[in-house]
Amino acid sequence: MPANKFNGFTNLGIGIGLRTAHYQKILDDKPPIDWLEIISENYMVDGGKPLEILDIVLEHYPIVQHGVSLYLGSTDPLNKEYLKKLKALTQRTKAPFLSDHLCWGSVDGTFSHDLLPMPYTFEAVIHAAERIKAVQDFLEIPVCIENVSSYAEFLASEMSEWQFLSEVSERADCGILLDVNNIFVSASNHDFNPYDYLHNIPLNRVAQIHIAGHSQLKKYLLDTHDAPVRDEVWQLYGHTIELIGKTNTLLEWDANIPSFETVHLEALKANRFIEAVENQLSKSA
Amino acid sequence: MSNKSTIGLHKLQSLMANAIMRPLHNDDMQGIWIDGSPTSEYAAQFIKPNKKLTSFERLEIYNKQYWYRLLDSLQEDFAGLNAFLGHMRFDALIIAYLNRYPSHSYTLRDLGQNLPDFIREETHLTAPDSQCAYEIALLEWAEIKAFDALAITPLSTDSVKIISPTETILSTQPYLTLLELHYAIDDFLLQLNKEHNQSVESNGVSCRTIRFIKAARPKEQHIYLAVHRLNNTVYYKRLDKNQFLLLGSLMAGKTLVQACSELIDKKKDNNTRNDTGIQNQQKLISKINNSFATWMELGWFTKYGGRQNDQIHP
Repeated sequence: MPANKFNGFTNLGIGIGLRTAHYQKILDDKPPIDWLEIISENYMVDGGKPLEILDIVLEHYPIVQHGVSLYLGSTDPLNKEYLKKLKALTQRTKAPFLSDHLCWGSVDGTFSHDLLPMPYTFEAVIHAAERIKAVQDFLEIPVCIENVSSYAEFLASEMSEWQFLSEVSERADCGILLDVNNIFVSASNHDFNPYDYLHNIPLNRVAQIHIAGHSQLKKYLLDTHDAPVRDEVWQLYGHTIELIGKTNTLLEWDANIPSFETVHLEALKANRFIEAVENQLSKSA
Repeated sequence: MSNKSTIGLHKLQSLMANAIMRPLHNDDMQGIWIDGSPTSEYAAQFIKPNKKLTSFERLEIYNKQYWYRLLDSLQEDFAGLNAFLGHMRFDALIIAYLNRYPSHSYTLRDLGQNLPDFIREETHLTAPDSQCAYEIALLEWAEIKAFDALAITPLSTDSVKIISPTETILSTQPYLTLLELHYAIDDFLLQLNKEHNQSVESNGVSCRTIRFIKAARPKEQHIYLAVHRLNNTVYYKRLDKNQFLLLGSLMAGKTLVQACSELIDKKKDNNTRNDTGIQNQQKLISKINNSFATWMELGWFTKYGGRQNDQIHP
């Protein structure tokens, strides 16, 4: 199951996000990392240092692109200039697949620069699925959709979040970037069982998993990506791996970024869950 | 409104965007909506409450995130302006700016593109330091462009030989900007020891980071500056007035002969037609040659490009 058509039949291992704080370490030492994920928009530029660094990194590591501005759920028309730049970047990186969020972020041409939650309606399912198909056709590589952390639910919703994710991915025939930290954050914020979420989505579509740290605020959890992964999230990750097997896994750490070693070691904790599942499999064989 | 079937996707997104892009009041969502009704009623039209949070509180999280993210991004890109104005005045300026110029680009990189113009439009927000604030913003925006704008293959020494001085219109690198400033903004930004930390996209949620940087005010000084990139590092290069005028003419689409003639004519006006004037002209021609050689070495010239008037200020 881990290598599938939604991730370009890749089994990349455990990666981390490429962040400016670690550029020098990565360029100087070329540490052994399975793969790196870039935020596409940071490299959709015409020149300069970002592309110079990207080109060097590409010589040493597999890269997967993760975007934050496709806004697959927005009602604005798809931005052709954006898509052209994104496609040019995929040709540069030779990324086997890319991902962005199942969310919206702009309306009538004004951008929020946030990953805003979708209303879980049938109209939104059809709308998002059509856009994903169009994007996938244009980019000519698999596009995976990521579940976002959310802090609000809409009165208009007609289904649960996991039903929405399932409906959209099935209808668009696309992969899922399953963010288990986001499931945990949203589950806490909206009072649902995160394991119900996991057990009710098309797991055969999972192309990649995200893990990250979050913050506990007074009344809710905030998806800050500024700390180690919480134990509850690791447990959820472990259960996901039990269900689907070893899958491309990536740790996101976007604020208060510690040393490269700290981030990488945190990501490698995923190995204990992967090894446990693989041991179980070998015993049963 | 609460009837599920009556709110379409676009309407719902507009309702939410209107709320989250509205300025905060004392770091909280405003309690009163635009029409004078409680914002809690507005939120309750489309946001579901739960045991932990009201509709208002849930919407407020996104309202705060919008402002934190955008303020942080511009604080990063305009660190010098933030240091100059202090974070209270800077925030007030940016909130007013984003109200007039909300983002119309998918990338945060473009967020500050209208900030210099806005400072000129609303001088009271930076008074009595508007000119200086404007010039800091201008230079910081030029840095952003220099950081990641396109680099075109520069003219080689060989290709210069086939240039017709009377016909060829040279173009300059898109990353190059010329600035005429009345304050030594370059020295001011250099003393901040500002690394070029252009804001980058991330999918983590923002927690507001307020940066306090102390710096001496920029000195009043009439300077001419080229903001450019070399080996993918952004640099400032001071120019003299003649160099600025010559480069400006070339960037405005003049041929080499036209640009040089204009400059010599301007100098003639300032000199009497005597031996000293002729000697000065010869010195000027020699300086032009030297400058041109330096700019060639820096790779600033390309061939047959279009005009790039936005690269010259004023």
